[in-house]
Formats: sequence, structure tokens, C-alpha cells
Amino acid sequence: MIETIFPILYILAAAGFILAIKWMNSPASARRGVVAGEVGMLLAVVGTLLRYEVVSYEWILIAFFIGSAIGIPIAYIMPMTAVPQRTAFSHACGALASALIGTAEYYRHTPHGFVMTALALETLLGFLTCTASLMAFGKLQEILPGRPLTFPGQNFVNLGVFGLAVGIGVTLVFAPERTWLFPIFMLLSLVFGVLLIVPIGGADMPTVIALLNSYAGLSASAMGFALDNKLLIVAGALDGSSGFILSVIMCRAMNRSFTNVLFGAFGTIQSSAKQTTERPVRSASAEEAAEILDAARSVVIIPGYGMAVAQAQHKLREMYDVLTRRGVDVRFAIHPVAGRMPGHMNVLLAEADVPYDRLVEMDEINGDFARTDVALVIGANDVVNPAAQTDKSSPIAGMPILRAHEAQTVMVIKRGMSPGFAGIANDLYYMEKTLMLFGDAKSFVSSIVKELGTAAAAG
Amino acid sequence: MNKYEIAVWVFMLAAFLGFELIRRVSPLLHTPLMSLTNAISAIAVVGAILITGAKDASPLSKTLGFIAVVASTVNLVSGYLITDRMLKMFKKRGGEKK
Repeated sequence: MIETIFPILYILAAAGFILAIKWMNSPASARRGVVAGEVGMLLAVVGTLLRYEVVSYEWILIAFFIGSAIGIPIAYIMPMTAVPQRTAFSHACGALASALIGTAEYYRHTPHGFVMTALALETLLGFLTCTASLMAFGKLQEILPGRPLTFPGQNFVNLGVFGLAVGIGVTLVFAPERTWLFPIFMLLSLVFGVLLIVPIGGADMPTVIALLNSYAGLSASAMGFALDNKLLIVAGALDGSSGFILSVIMCRAMNRSFTNVLFGAFGTIQSSAKQTTERPVRSASAEEAAEILDAARSVVIIPGYGMAVAQAQHKLREMYDVLTRRGVDVRFAIHPVAGRMPGHMNVLLAEADVPYDRLVEMDEINGDFARTDVALVIGANDVVNPAAQTDKSSPIAGMPILRAHEAQTVMVIKRGMSPGFAGIANDLYYMEKTLMLFGDAKSFVSSIVKELGTAAAAG
Repeated sequence: MNKYEIAVWVFMLAAFLGFELIRRVSPLLHTPLMSLTNAISAIAVVGAILITGAKDASPLSKTLGFIAVVASTVNLVSGYLITDRMLKMFKKRGGEKK
């Protein structure tokens, strides 16, 4: 009798997840979405714990306790700048879980046919996503060097390892009783995950993180096929399509293909194009910058990863406040790939209490640059490089950019003249109307704020 | 229709539903979206519970299942809490202060 309730709980849980994602479409309803997701998860967990197959609870409860003891501190202590790392870590945990479940299922039943195919996919995706995400975590946390590491024949080695893993996976599907193959299959999947991320540089992290998100979801979905559990299939498919769409958006925002991101190893090919010709630039002090900003009617601020590194978002908010109070129209232009994960800049600026209606997407703001008095670039580089539009031979040719160069005056806060992550010189810095503001982003913005304050007191 | 066929249908429909829903999410919220879908993918906990709590669970599958429950609980708990913490920060201009 009670058995009939469980399918209903699972269906309601799936509905909760769907509503959760649906309500993410606007900041006004998004928090309701989180509640819907939580309710869905609660129903799913309760529904599972009550199933007749589940007879012993002590280990499950201990695991819940340990998991919460790790998860809750992460959620509250972690600074917002660490969101990309946390996300990568979370992909690793999710993928590890489904890989281990697949492994346990294999040794329990040694299934055949359809179920074994699903299991093989689940473990392959699970293990490779686990190590790949840990590598991404290491690079984002700067435990590992962030620069792409390449060696000759890299793509050949990677594809070889992947091909071998798939080959053994297929063999296992046809002959599941060859249990000695399974550890090799696991090992190859784990190794491929590491190899996949070795050549990826920081600028490509948004795409890669989104892709790993997709893999983790697909792995959970494959688990649903293996366990004949529709709730897992649905939740995994939602997660998988989410990650996939985000990575497509990221790729489009860089005008690159998946294969190019995964096998292209950005940042190494440009070494030949590095002609270090000294060209004159105009620089300015904080005082001059403050005067120009004060006289402007409209200012567009373009943040990039450098803002996150310098933790300049709070100082930037102060500047936003001062300028807004003086009637200057200040907006922030957000490039889709600014930062290390999709939407990274939005979260940091929201944390600093910048109202979200001041954060404008690329397509919406690009038409306004010609009518903008000052474009202030802070910690961004490639996303404002006009060469992407004008120079066909540039490595970033065709990449959609924020058209900062159309503004009346351009100001760029930068530590020095070194080229950005992709190693490409930026013509924007050498333009007649461009002022370079050399220094640390946070301290420079705070001196601008100070100058604006004294100007107010004097005037 | 056998159960595998139904499973494939469910997957296909859910994937298309996902595409349609995610396309409508504002880029403003892409980071919280990702941490929400992370939390949702902690649904793997369902499989982990079934393995760990099963009557015939061998020591191996109990151990693997136990680690899987821990890993997905970390995801579940931190995923939802962080998503909410992030979303709390998104405020409109002139909106209420916390």
C-alpha cells in the first residue's frame, strides 16, 4: 500500500526541480526557485529512505552528518571570489558520487546489455569529470599553475587514452564478466580527466566549468538509466542541458568551437605574434581620472577577472555611489566570459551591493558606447580588444567584444603594459583617447574615490 | 513499450525541457544557476542511499555507497545554501536594504 506513495513523491520532486530552474529566469523569483529545489530534494530523499529495499540506516545517517559538517561551513565561510573553485569542487563531488555508485552496481550485479551500457557511461563520465574538476579546482585555487601546459603530441596522447577507455568500456558491455578490465577502465577514465584539463588556461575556464557541469549531470542521468529511476534521469538531464547551454553561450562569446577550447590550448600559439614594439601611451593620475569622471554625464565600467583578483568590487561600488549622487549615469557592462565562470562578475558586483539593474549585458550596451563619455576598463583585456573586430589574423578574431573604443574617453586601470592572458597586444591602449591608469585596481579606485570626495568638499 | 524505451523517452523530453528553461535564464544569474543545478545533481544521493542501505550490500558496495552519500550530501547542502546566499545579494536600485 505504502509503496504507491513513492512514485508520487518522486514525481513531485521532479516537478520541484523543474520549477526551481524555471524560477531562475528573474532575480525576483529566483529565491522561490531555491525553495522549490530544496522541497524537491527533501521529497526525493525521504521517498528513498522509506523504500523497502533500504533496510539499514546507520551508515546513511552518519554520511549525512559528515556531508553536512563539510557542506555547511563551505557554504557560509567561503568568500564570493571563490565561487568558481567551489563550483569546480562541487562538480568533483557530484561526479565522484555517481562514479562510485556505478562501480558498486557493477560489482553487485555484473549487469548486461542496456544496463551495463548505462553503467559504463556513468562511470566513464563520473571518473573523468571528477579528476577534471579537481584539476580545474587546483588551477582556479592557484595550487596548480593557471597557464596551459602543453607538450608535443598532447592531443594524440589524450585521444589515445580516451579511445582506450571507450574501447575497454565497449568490451565490458559485451563481456561484463571480465571483471579484471573494470579497474583499468576506471584508471583510464581518471587519467583522461587530468589530461583533459592540463592544456586549459584560465581564460577558458568558463567554458570548461560549464562543460564539466554538463558531464556531471549526464553521469547522474546515466545512473538513472542503470537503476531504472526516472527522477535521476530527469534531474540529470536538466543539469546536463544546463551545462551544455552555458558552455555553448561561452563558446559563442569567444567565437570558438568546443574542439578549439578543449584541444586548442590558448595562449601558446601566440608566442610567434609577440612583436614587442614600444608604442607611446598616455597615462594619467588618480586626480586627473577623478576630474574626467566628475565631468562626465555617462560612465560605463567594464570589469574583468582583474577586478576579482584585486578584490576591487567594493571600492568600485563606493565610486559608483559618489558618481551617481552627483548625477552621473553609471552602468556596468558585463561580457559573457568576463571572469572565471559564467556570470562571475554579476555575483561579485551584487555582493558589493551594486543594484542588478545597473549590470548590463553586452548586446544591450554595445549600441550605447558611442554616446558614452567615459568607458572605464578595470581588469579586463581581451573582451575590449578592437583587434577582435578589425584584425582577421588575430587569434581572437571574430570574438564579440564590448565596444569600449567607441566611447569619448577610455580609461584603463592596469598594473603594467604586459599583454593579457591570451598574450595578445591590445590596440585600445594605444588609442589617442585612451588614458592608462597604472596601478593596483583596488588602490587606484580608492584614490579616485578620495579625489572625488575632496573635489566635492572644495566645490 | 519496455522500461528502457520509456527511460529514453523521459530523458529526451527532460533534456528538451531543460534547454527551453535554461535559455530563459538571465545571464545575470548564470553563476547561481550553475550552483543550483549542482545542488540538483546531488540527486545522486538517491542512488547512493539505495546502495548503502540495501539488504544484500557487500562491504565493498557499502563503503563505496557511504562515500557517495557523503560526497552528494556535501553538494546538496552547500549547493542550496550558497545559491540562496548569492541570490540574497541581488538587489534592485532603491530596493529594500537588508
